[in-house]
This record gives sequence, structure tokens and C-alpha cells, in this order.
Amino acid sequence: MTAIRYQDRTFDCAPGQTVLDCLTAGGVAVPSSCRAGVCQSCLMRAEEGEVPAAAQAGLKPTLAAQGYFLACSCRPQAPLTVALPDAERLRMAAEVVSIEPLNADIVAVKLKPSQQMAYRAGQFIRLYKDPAQSRCYSLASVPELDDHLEIHVRAVPGGQVSGWVHRELRAGDAVEIADSSGLCFYVDDRPEQPLLLLGTGSGLAPLYGIVRDALNQGHRGPVWLYHGSTGPQGLYRTGELAALAERHPDFHYVRCVSEGEAPAGFRPGTPLDAACADHPVLDGWRVFLCGHPELVRKGRMQAFLAGASMADIHADPFVPSGGLAAAA
Amino acid sequence: MSLYEQIGGDAAVNAAVDIFYRKVLRDDRINRFFTGVDMERQAAKQKAFLTMAFGGPNNYSGLDMRRGHAHLVAQGLNDSHFDAVVENLGATLKELNVPDSLIAQVAAIAETTRNDVLGK
Repeated sequence: MTAIRYQDRTFDCAPGQTVLDCLTAGGVAVPSSCRAGVCQSCLMRAEEGEVPAAAQAGLKPTLAAQGYFLACSCRPQAPLTVALPDAERLRMAAEVVSIEPLNADIVAVKLKPSQQMAYRAGQFIRLYKDPAQSRCYSLASVPELDDHLEIHVRAVPGGQVSGWVHRELRAGDAVEIADSSGLCFYVDDRPEQPLLLLGTGSGLAPLYGIVRDALNQGHRGPVWLYHGSTGPQGLYRTGELAALAERHPDFHYVRCVSEGEAPAGFRPGTPLDAACADHPVLDGWRVFLCGHPELVRKGRMQAFLAGASMADIHADPFVPSGGLAAAA
Repeated sequence: MSLYEQIGGDAAVNAAVDIFYRKVLRDDRINRFFTGVDMERQAAKQKAFLTMAFGGPNNYSGLDMRRGHAHLVAQGLNDSHFDAVVENLGATLKELNVPDSLIAQVAAIAETTRNDVLGK
């Protein structure tokens, strides 16, 4: 018998029995469908213990790296503590270290969590205005490079949380956040692989983190970042990114403006337009898409049709509050 | 050795799913049935379908097939579209150098779902 811990209960898993069968027999409602390691309905996460490799077959490397596994294919050899992926994430207190404007609409908020938080650049945290109102923001910071968590908050017209951040929040304030999650981050399993990162507006935040994370981890393949906005004034961190490109010859930073005439140094159109023109074939590339939901949806389709493998296309999983027009 | 093992099991399904899904999305005869849906969820479904068609582990039922495709039948899904999917499936396996005799067996398994998929 192998012990499986779920929430505060322990279940005995018989030799050869799957975690799914063990928990289901014990009365735990674990979603499942094919029971053959295919549909991924029974995705769970190991919080402690080693998961057999067979239970992670077919999962994205980002999922496997976080301990996710398929309960229907998991015949554990050693005790495991498991959780469902949508289980309520740990909330914690954090201190606002600084709030700095990045452009007319977007501020960088630096936060110091009250407890150690393991995260990857490009994951997101939830920021609570109060117990009823919260929003998710992607992390632009890299644990190995930055002292604090950093998020980029755009002032959404009528936005409850973003309005509060822009108008009321001050350095030194105490806030509540929820632990990081999300699968849009760099994994260093193929350091030669070309990377393509596309974003609009504050969708730069995760990409800014991922690019610096990849370069810091010694990524050797070419890295292309396309950041777009309606006009040049919507772009930010341009100096830092240009300096990064100076230091890393394989890192290419392309600024795009989708309205009006593009000034010298800017490309006309969306980041997707520019990237597709530069890289019509994406066989073997890894692609990150963040920002405007329509850009993410179209980008996913175009990257796939251009040859990128589905498992290599990562996107911000949540739609910014405020709707499509506001997200531009 | 089962058909699934002869084709190459789970690794073969993983190799086939991107190629197959990309062919389907590029095929103007049928791609309208596949746009506007979440691509990742769709890819997981394609994988389940390929596993079943390769003779692998599955618990697909005729009822699932009917329910899962009823909204597409309402949009005009018919035999010609089913044929196009089977054609893309065969082309995918050909690209992966699967012998014709095995491709014929896969096509025969896919064929068993025709009436359920088309709600006949």
C-alpha cells in the first residue's frame, strides 16, 4: 500500500492501482474522462513526492516541471501529497515596495511577499483590492535577478482594481496576493531552440520576465521579442530592452505601432504582422503570446500553421478585465 | 502485437497529432468546423481520436460521438467532410512512414464511427 494524501485525508493506494481509482474509491470527486492518459481531464498536481514518469507522458514541459500529472496514469511507488489544479491557492500578505509609471497608462508595482514565494517569470499572481475584488497580473520579475515581485498594471477605464492601484495604492501599503500560477514561462530543456515572443501593451510584463529569464539561464538560440501598441508612446522599457539586445547579439527587440505612420525605428502593424513577415516558417520554435486576446487567439493559430508544435505555444491564460477594446 | 503497438503507441500519437491537426486546419473543405474553438482543448480531443483510430486505449462510446458532433451536424457536417478527415488521417500516417496495410486498418476503425459522428 502507498499513502496518498489529499487535503487532510490519507488514502491507501493498492499496488498497481491508479491515483484516480484510489481517490475516486475514497469518495473524492476527481474529474476524469478517457482514463487512458489522453484527455488530461484528471490533471492533478503533486505537492510532495515523486510522480512516475508514465504519469507525465504527453504533458507540456511547463506542466511537468510544476509537478502536474495525470491521475489515471499514475501508479505511485512512493507516498504522494496531491491537489486538484484549481484548488484555492495560498493567499499571503505583501508590502508595496514601489509604484513607478512606465508610460501614461501603465505603472510597475513592486511587491515584497511576507513569505518566500517560488515562482517563474511569466507566471501570474492574483492581487486583492479587498476579499471580493481581485485581478491576475503577470510577473515581469525573475527570481534570480530581481529582489521583488514586479507586475505591470494598466489603468483600465472604469477598472475597479486597476483604478485603485493607480489612484490609491502607495509604497509601504500592505496588500494581499495569491501565490503564483500559470504555465507561460521559460523551461531550459532546449537551449538552442529559437524563441518568438509577441505582446501588446502591458502584455509585455510576462515577456520582459521570460526574455531575461531565458538569457540569464544561458539560452543560446535566437530570441525575438515583438512589442506593439497603437502608438510609440504606448511602448515602454524600450531603453532596457535595447540595452539587453546590445549585450546579447542573439536577442532581437522589435517595436511595432499599429496606428498612424511608424516613426524611424518602429515597424508598422501589429507584432503578429511583423513577426509573420520576418519568420514565415516556425518549425521547431517556441512561441509566447501575451496581451490583446485577439492577438493571442490569432497568434496561436498562425504560429501553429507556420509549423510550431502545439506543445511549444504558450499564452497568457486569462483575459484582462475590461474587455477586448480596452485590452488594446 | 496489436495495431496500436505496431504503429508505435503513444509516441506515434504524439508525432501524429500536430501533423494531423495542421492538415485539418489547412483543409478548406473542413476547417470551418474547427475554427473558433479553443485550440489546446481541440488538440487534446484530436489526440484522443487518433489513439482510438490507432486501436489504442479509449472508452469512446457511440453516444459520446453523437453528442460531441451534433452541433456540427446542425452546421452541415456530412459524408464528404468525414471522408476529408479520413483522407487527412491517411496522409498524416503516410508522412510518418506507416505502412499502407496499417493505414488501411486505421481507416477501417475510423470508418466504424461514421454513423455516430454524422448522427445517422
